[in-house]
Amino acid sequence: MSPATGENLITFTNVSRFYGEVLGVNKVSLTIPPGVTSLVGPNGSGKTTLMNLMTGLIRPSQGEISVLGISPEDPEHLCRAVGYCAQFDNYPKGLTGYQFIYSFLRVYGMSHEECDRRTMAALETVGLVDARNRQVAAYSKGMRQRVRLAQATAHEPQVLVLDEPLNGLDPLARAEAIALFEQWGAKGRHVIVSSHILHEVDRISDQVILLSQGYVVAEGQIQSVRGEVKDQPMQILVRCDHPSQLAARLFTENHLVEAKLHTDGHGLLLRTTDADGFYLLLNRIVIETGLIVESVAPADDDVNSVYQYLIGGEGGTV
Amino acid sequence: MMNLWMRQIASVLRLEMKKTFLSRRGWWVYFLALGPVVLTLLHWLIGTSRGAGRHTLGEDSLVFAGLFHFYYLRLGIFFGCVGIFSNLFRGEMLEKTLHYYYLTPLRRELLVAGKYIAGLGTALFLFVGSTAISFLLIGRHFGAAYTDYILHGPGLSQLGSYMLVAALACVGYGAVFLMCGILFRNPMIPAAVVMVWENLNPFLPTVLKKISVIFYLKNLCPVEIPIPPPFNVMVIDADPTPFWIAVPGLLALSLILLVYSGLSARHTEISYGE
Repeated sequence: MSPATGENLITFTNVSRFYGEVLGVNKVSLTIPPGVTSLVGPNGSGKTTLMNLMTGLIRPSQGEISVLGISPEDPEHLCRAVGYCAQFDNYPKGLTGYQFIYSFLRVYGMSHEECDRRTMAALETVGLVDARNRQVAAYSKGMRQRVRLAQATAHEPQVLVLDEPLNGLDPLARAEAIALFEQWGAKGRHVIVSSHILHEVDRISDQVILLSQGYVVAEGQIQSVRGEVKDQPMQILVRCDHPSQLAARLFTENHLVEAKLHTDGHGLLLRTTDADGFYLLLNRIVIETGLIVESVAPADDDVNSVYQYLIGGEGGTV
Repeated sequence: MMNLWMRQIASVLRLEMKKTFLSRRGWWVYFLALGPVVLTLLHWLIGTSRGAGRHTLGEDSLVFAGLFHFYYLRLGIFFGCVGIFSNLFRGEMLEKTLHYYYLTPLRRELLVAGKYIAGLGTALFLFVGSTAISFLLIGRHFGAAYTDYILHGPGLSQLGSYMLVAALACVGYGAVFLMCGILFRNPMIPAAVVMVWENLNPFLPTVLKKISVIFYLKNLCPVEIPIPPPFNVMVIDADPTPFWIAVPGLLALSLILLVYSGLSARHTEISYGE
């Protein structure tokens, strides 16, 4: 992955967008490096507004946006670098899957041969080669989602913006799509994804942006975001041979807020306000008591937990 | 750069033709265009079966002039252009598909140009074609006399004039309603206003008369239709505009509207009212 410079970053500087008197996003300042970035937040939190702003479909009421050094006010250059799979499940009428992708590629000014080659490559990526001559209107919801993904990526953009791209996909297609996002991210592209499915967001994201009511609540790598949430004790799962003995010792050191024994009798889920201090103490206990520790891992540095701490609401899906 | 722009306009044109030309959504526009063809076809068949002599070729020529003035110009082409051109942008807004264009590296002005040319192609095919066929059919039952009227009389020149006026009407109304489709959420309201204005034209003062499409088109028609009484007393006469002013004037007006549409499309946001 190339080092982050102004030319390969997406930046929002004090951006606000209002729909009449309704707030879309307010005073957003962000820097998005290459890799997979997830936008997470409840409905109406401003995810789609941010995506529409960075693709130039709407303009900010105030503030400035730059996508790889290009202003969204300059669609002739921006749209060569950006592909956007919007949330709308709508298609121009009467077109087959092939025609849908091919026709919009022609608008880029490419030759017939080039458009044909890219169309077939995009269809192959999403597994729709066999269905290419069927009308898009006759596709299943999952196929329509896939053909939209193919259309958004056929011109091989550097920045991919995907609004709820996993909606409507069956588990297999979902796994394939996620692998594709990871692959694109690993190539140094920007892949910006909004999703309601937090455990999948967790799996694919290099960084997350948490939004609530038009404001950015947190941004960055999920572990560092979790570290910033000081008012919520850190949860740590320790798997060892004598968890109750470990719990007793930790309580005597006055280091825990809460501890729960795992149902299998070989684990201890504990909450502490001082994670670094806890790790040092655990080392000391292991040396002193000969406790056999299988694993030590944070239990709440995932998107789901951070989302609950910062925004609230149900886990799993939002 | 010009080469790229031409290719982009051509790609928009191809896509628009694929999507809209002969689509089921526009059935009523085809009905508007085919209506007079069916009528003149019936007129020919009935005239042939009853035999000539019930009316003259001159009367048929006058009937066609009336059909052209009161049906083609004021109804068929007018509403046909409302249907074709106002939907080029507004239709895509309603179907939530305009963002596909707005996510391509295409100057918005070129998008307007491509869509306009596609719409114009359809309108010309339907209404200029319909005008020509209707004209050729209306006196067909006179047989050789009508052929002679067309080939050796004023027929061919009249046909050319009607086709030119129909084409100019498509150009002018097309530009007006393309702009309405970009600027207004419901283009039927401005279309209704334009329709009232255009139909009030004979009764308007001379200065206001000239701010309309129909005024220039009417003066280009080869056969004039008198306004029947009692409305004729309210008609205000104005000097007819010469051909060399009317045609370039109408084209220039259309170009101005298209440039304004291009600028408006550049500032259009895609939020589909959400």
